[in-house]
Amino acid sequence: MAQIKIENLRKDFGAFTAVQSSTFTVEDGEFFMLLGPSGCGKTTTLRMMAGLELPTSGRIYIDGEEVGQKPASQRDIAFVFQMFALYPHMNVGKNMSYPLLSQGMSRIDANARVAEVARLLGISHILTKPVGGLSGGDRQRVALGRAIVRNPKAFLMDEPLGALDAEFREHMAEELRALHDRMGATTVYVTHDQLEAMQMGDKIVVMNHGVVEQFGVPQDIYDWPASMFVAQFLGSPPMNFLRAHGLVGSGADSLALGEARITIPAQREGLSGDFALGVRPEHVRLNDSASLRGEIIATEYLGTTQIVTVRTSFGEVKARVASDQKVAVRTATGLHLDARNLSVFDAETGRALRSVANQGVLGLG
Amino acid sequence: MAEIVLRNITRRYGELTALEKLDLTVPDGAFVVLLGPTGAGKTTTLRIVSGLEAPDLGEVFIGGQPMNGLPPAQRNVAMVFQQYSLYPHLTVRDNLSFPLKSPLSQTPRHAIAEKVVRVAETLQIAHKLDNKATELSGGEMQRVSIGRALVRNPSVYLMDEPLSSLDAKLRADLRIELKSIQADSGATLLYVTHDQTEAMTMASHIGVLDHGRLVQFGPPREIYADPVSLYAASRLGQPRINILPADLFGPAPSGAKFIGLRPEQICQGKGQDSLVARVERLGDQTRLHLKFRDHDIVTITDAHTALHAGDIVPIQPDAPFFFAADGARIRA
Repeated sequence: MAQIKIENLRKDFGAFTAVQSSTFTVEDGEFFMLLGPSGCGKTTTLRMMAGLELPTSGRIYIDGEEVGQKPASQRDIAFVFQMFALYPHMNVGKNMSYPLLSQGMSRIDANARVAEVARLLGISHILTKPVGGLSGGDRQRVALGRAIVRNPKAFLMDEPLGALDAEFREHMAEELRALHDRMGATTVYVTHDQLEAMQMGDKIVVMNHGVVEQFGVPQDIYDWPASMFVAQFLGSPPMNFLRAHGLVGSGADSLALGEARITIPAQREGLSGDFALGVRPEHVRLNDSASLRGEIIATEYLGTTQIVTVRTSFGEVKARVASDQKVAVRTATGLHLDARNLSVFDAETGRALRSVANQGVLGLG
Repeated sequence: MAEIVLRNITRRYGELTALEKLDLTVPDGAFVVLLGPTGAGKTTTLRIVSGLEAPDLGEVFIGGQPMNGLPPAQRNVAMVFQQYSLYPHLTVRDNLSFPLKSPLSQTPRHAIAEKVVRVAETLQIAHKLDNKATELSGGEMQRVSIGRALVRNPSVYLMDEPLSSLDAKLRADLRIELKSIQADSGATLLYVTHDQTEAMTMASHIGVLDHGRLVQFGPPREIYADPVSLYAASRLGQPRINILPADLFGPAPSGAKFIGLRPEQICQGKGQDSLVARVERLGDQTRLHLKFRDHDIVTITDAHTALHAGDIVPIQPDAPFFFAADGARIRA
């Protein structure tokens, strides 16, 4: 297994820059997520790791060895695609043993290895079946099996669950993660689904327009986003922004939203101009005595919790509150924001201002 | 607006029974969501109400009038499909006014123009009125096709997974919009989906369909908190309800085969030991994957819990559901 290190990686397609200058490290044994909207450069990054695209500049190290300009066949990694291609004329076992036999492994060793991997994936009972009649899930397991038998240094996966329906995707996500926990193989996984990334990843890189917006542990990224893009991309509903114009001093522990004074974590950076105060829905409480006011315009019941949408003069705010709390649409309410969990963003650049609360995650900048 | 009544509807396709003696009343002004997996009979129900399909047996009433035998055009219903079909050569404005220009509707020209603008504003596409339909994003096209239904003021709206081809953010926005449009206009709306979030957030009533039968009908909170069967209980809730052998935690009521535990029905910190197999941080909450006597249990805990894989957590049921072998709820 292996560590993968990316340094100042760049890829241009003609005049279009797909990846600008990425730097991050995938540690040995990690389940690593490349997350972002379509066109953000995540798949291009993965394909460069695999050797399917050559970088315009920058370096890729696998276990300390620079492989950036080497072809895929010399990197000893396995690639699992969204549209899994199996050999239709071979049965499941042959599909899985093929990569081994073509490497020159003896049939006996190959069969033993296939049997071992089939057990791991829970597909021992279908080894002699043709692939034609398999369910989507079993086809995906066979495709994985074919990657696993080779015992590569790392697995690279491009939205492997993207084609499955929601319920089954969740099931396969759990299965994949459990498999990873048993094997401990370095895995890099591309997705545009933030929940999938949070759910499965040890670490996440969030990309947008070819730029790495943030890199770190899922909970840290969720709690302390480095930019407004990350704040909006993670979470369902995403982080709320209360937008205003004014002054936030370095060292300040409160800011003004109209008449209301909001307590915030002590700031390490100041700003004068347009800012956005970011708050997650679960850190908003409906409290009639709070000075920040708004009107409740919608409620959405979700079982354990409900989402309440409140219109304020600084923008709409969604609050996640217990579903047994009585909430009446079209009534006025106060909003209490949990002072420990607020971020302030420069609305012009989208960047988060450093505070005592987020500097541990964002660095001292 | 009008009430929809389905009485004893049966529909078969060869050997396959799509609907079996379905009785359903959509009250006037209600937002009813039919929920069920693929093949439960949701879309067939919608098509029978619209007149696109005829039942083998049973009757359909809209606003008290029998509909059997009437073609779709004479039922005064508006349908929105998952795959929006707009006239590609027409502008958004012309697409929206098209249903009103029909000789059947006899709407004066200035009334059409007014109405189109009003609907476009509600759906936040007013700035695109003069764009060609082909110049719109997927979300905008779906808004236009919803708008085309809204301009008509039909007695009922029928919608077949209208949001499922949109991305998550837009889906969330349109959920709120649709619900408030329905509430403001007092329209009767019958809506089909397999997405439980849509059902829970928008519906005034949910109808749970299982193999062509209506197994439960009521407000979302009632279906979530008081399901009639294991099947109904499994339709709602994320993470899904844990279904385990009835006596796993101790004596069970007689006849009970399964115990059903939603995350909030699992009390942590008391009871018998379980092993934390995995801690899944989702940001706003953390899911615990527990092992309890060789059974897997998924529950929710505080977002910033200090628990790690390998830790021990005592758990015990708190007001659980019990189900018989056939899935029927057993009430204590």
